[in-house]
Amino acid sequence: MARDTPAGDLRLAHLTKTFGAFTAVDDLSLTIAQGSFFALLGASGCGKTTTLRMIAGLEQPTSGQVLLGDRDIARLRPYKRPVNTVFQSYALFPHLDIFENVAFGLRRRGIRKVDEEVRRMLSLVQLDGYERRRPAQLSGGQQQRVALARALINHPQLLLLDEPLGALDLKLRRQMQIELKRIQSEVGITFLHVTHDQEEAMWMADTVAVMNAGRIEQLGAPTDIYEYPATPFVANFLGQSNLIEAEVTGQDGDDLLLTGHGSRFATPRDRARAHAGGVWLGVRPEKLHLVTEVGAVPAGRNAVSGVLTDICYAGVSTEFLLRTSWGQELSVFTANSDPDAGLVPGTQVTAHWHPRHSFVLPRGGENETPSGDREPERIEAAT
Amino acid sequence: MSALAHLGSAHSAPGAPGGPATARRRHRFLPYLLLLPGAAWLLLFFALPLLQLAAASLYDPNGSLSTGYALTWAFGNYPAALQAYWPQFGRSFLYAGLALVLALLMGYPLAYAIACKAGRWKNLLLVCVVAPMFTSFLVRTLAWKTILSDNGWLVGLLRDVHLLGPDGRLLATPIAVVLGLTYNFLPFLVLPLYASLERLDQRLLEAASDLYASAWQTFRRVTLPLSMPGLIAGTLLFFIPATGDYINAELLGTPKEYMIGNVIDSAFLVRLDYPQGAALSFLLMSAILAVVFVYLRRAGTEEVL
Ligand SMILES: Nc1ncnc2c1ncn2[C@@H]1O[C@H](COP(=O)(O)OP(=O)(O)O)[C@@H](O)[C@H]1O
Ligand SMILES: [Mg+2]
Repeated sequence: MARDTPAGDLRLAHLTKTFGAFTAVDDLSLTIAQGSFFALLGASGCGKTTTLRMIAGLEQPTSGQVLLGDRDIARLRPYKRPVNTVFQSYALFPHLDIFENVAFGLRRRGIRKVDEEVRRMLSLVQLDGYERRRPAQLSGGQQQRVALARALINHPQLLLLDEPLGALDLKLRRQMQIELKRIQSEVGITFLHVTHDQEEAMWMADTVAVMNAGRIEQLGAPTDIYEYPATPFVANFLGQSNLIEAEVTGQDGDDLLLTGHGSRFATPRDRARAHAGGVWLGVRPEKLHLVTEVGAVPAGRNAVSGVLTDICYAGVSTEFLLRTSWGQELSVFTANSDPDAGLVPGTQVTAHWHPRHSFVLPRGGENETPSGDREPERIEAAT
Repeated sequence: MSALAHLGSAHSAPGAPGGPATARRRHRFLPYLLLLPGAAWLLLFFALPLLQLAAASLYDPNGSLSTGYALTWAFGNYPAALQAYWPQFGRSFLYAGLALVLALLMGYPLAYAIACKAGRWKNLLLVCVVAPMFTSFLVRTLAWKTILSDNGWLVGLLRDVHLLGPDGRLLATPIAVVLGLTYNFLPFLVLPLYASLERLDQRLLEAASDLYASAWQTFRRVTLPLSMPGLIAGTLLFFIPATGDYINAELLGTPKEYMIGNVIDSAFLVRLDYPQGAALSFLLMSAILAVVFVYLRRAGTEEVL
């Protein structure tokens, strides 16, 4: 049904929103292909909701354009836009039953025969038989599905989802993620999904945009962003990274040679976003391997030695903290497929990794420090 | 009730003097104990006088204060009173109804603006709504008498723009009485309405406009139904005293504008015809109750719309 509507990608062009002196969304430009599942990922307060509200028409952009196909909809009233929203708070109408909540959009557009469509939607979100209940009589997960059905029934060109799973517990959230993905591929509508949960973003979306302080830091397929982050912020917001301060010292064929804290490293040139001067040498914790003897490091690998300070057993994996000679703590994740005993805090170990698993990022001004242990969930919970 | 239960259980901590049995008994009687002062007050100053009034409405109509009254179960007082004063009855409901319409037209937007759009001016505006109540009802109505007087600026202005004829007047007309009623009881409508609009979740309005509802449809389908409790309370608080009012007709009207309140007033205080005054009071009470009952029944179903 959605394919009846004219083709149209969503394009945001230099979209900016300021509240007084505060810039909530800063010169944001991006394109979302029709029919794709796009995730906007960022910590709380980075401007995600404001961006969605500008697309939905609930907030006027200070400047910039919102283009759907080749139509600029930035100045249209919300009810004139072929866009629907699943609100962070659901915003179900408490005085209407579930049937009327879902039928609301159709009725406002003067459609009389809504019965069949409403029932189809309710069964799509697996809420058959709940027609006559009031929103207050449903659980959080059910309310969330009503909100989804209420938006989807209008067959918008674009569906905006503002942290729709934020209020659900872990198990229900997993279940709804699967359902959302299923529904998206079934109806073929473009989904713009806002979340602060990096796993959710990577897991669900075709394309992820990482947002920070009103700007997009990086945009791409989940694997591309994860394997080759563009900035220290992305490297630590999407999963974790070990970032080691280093200098570029030269080249060897296709490899960039670096020195950091007295050790020498190599990285393929095509994994480096800076080719001279001060840089961050990054590597993901799960790419590191631990050995107890320096001699056991295979040739051609990058290596860092240190002392184990902490070992956390996390079921599927074990997480080690390795304190280097210069005092930095590196994380190492190893899969528990073959748990090796014998590693206890205080053990002298060497971590090594393949050069093509590292990445090199430019090191900017003094104020730029990579925060090694920022976890988006914790940031959200604190605010 | 749950707060009461909590209170009760706080006293019944193990080892407390009296033991659990006394505590449970206290728990059970506490609500009634709390009801007692109010109930006693109502019994003494409302229920008993009401009975007294009911008895008075059935006194022999030929008695008088000087000769004394006899309770002769004179039910004929009722039809007689109705026959003599039905125009005043009709006028009471007509004027109160017109005033209610005017008050709704002014009060709803006012309450909405204060609740949803006033921002930091909210409290100041609320004070403005309530402030007139700090002066006496009588003084306020007398002030209206000045405003509407024949040589006041308002009548002058209306004559200049030919909305009133050269000898047209406002004072001593039904218009003045309706305006007075509207003004005097407006806060009773605005305050409950404000309270329920204030609680309205603005995000619901955004959701409605996201779901293709224009501003009018959003009002009709979301704002209005959700403000229904305040609207019902406000209209009742406005309409009931306005129907029984006699000050506005007395000060701003002439005997031609008299409402049933004026008749009751004069029956008790001027003509000293207690049986008739009492019968009229009961007729007014039952008429209002009937209107309120019908209204609540209709509004009750409306709410589910
Ligand atoms: N109406 C507003 N007035 C002032 N500041 C606002 C307003 N709305 C949002 N902000 C600010 O803009 C920033 C981004 O908010 P928001 O888009 O809600 O963030 P997110 O959804 O990513 O958590 C926040 O710092 C917030 O305080
Ligand atoms: Mg938000």
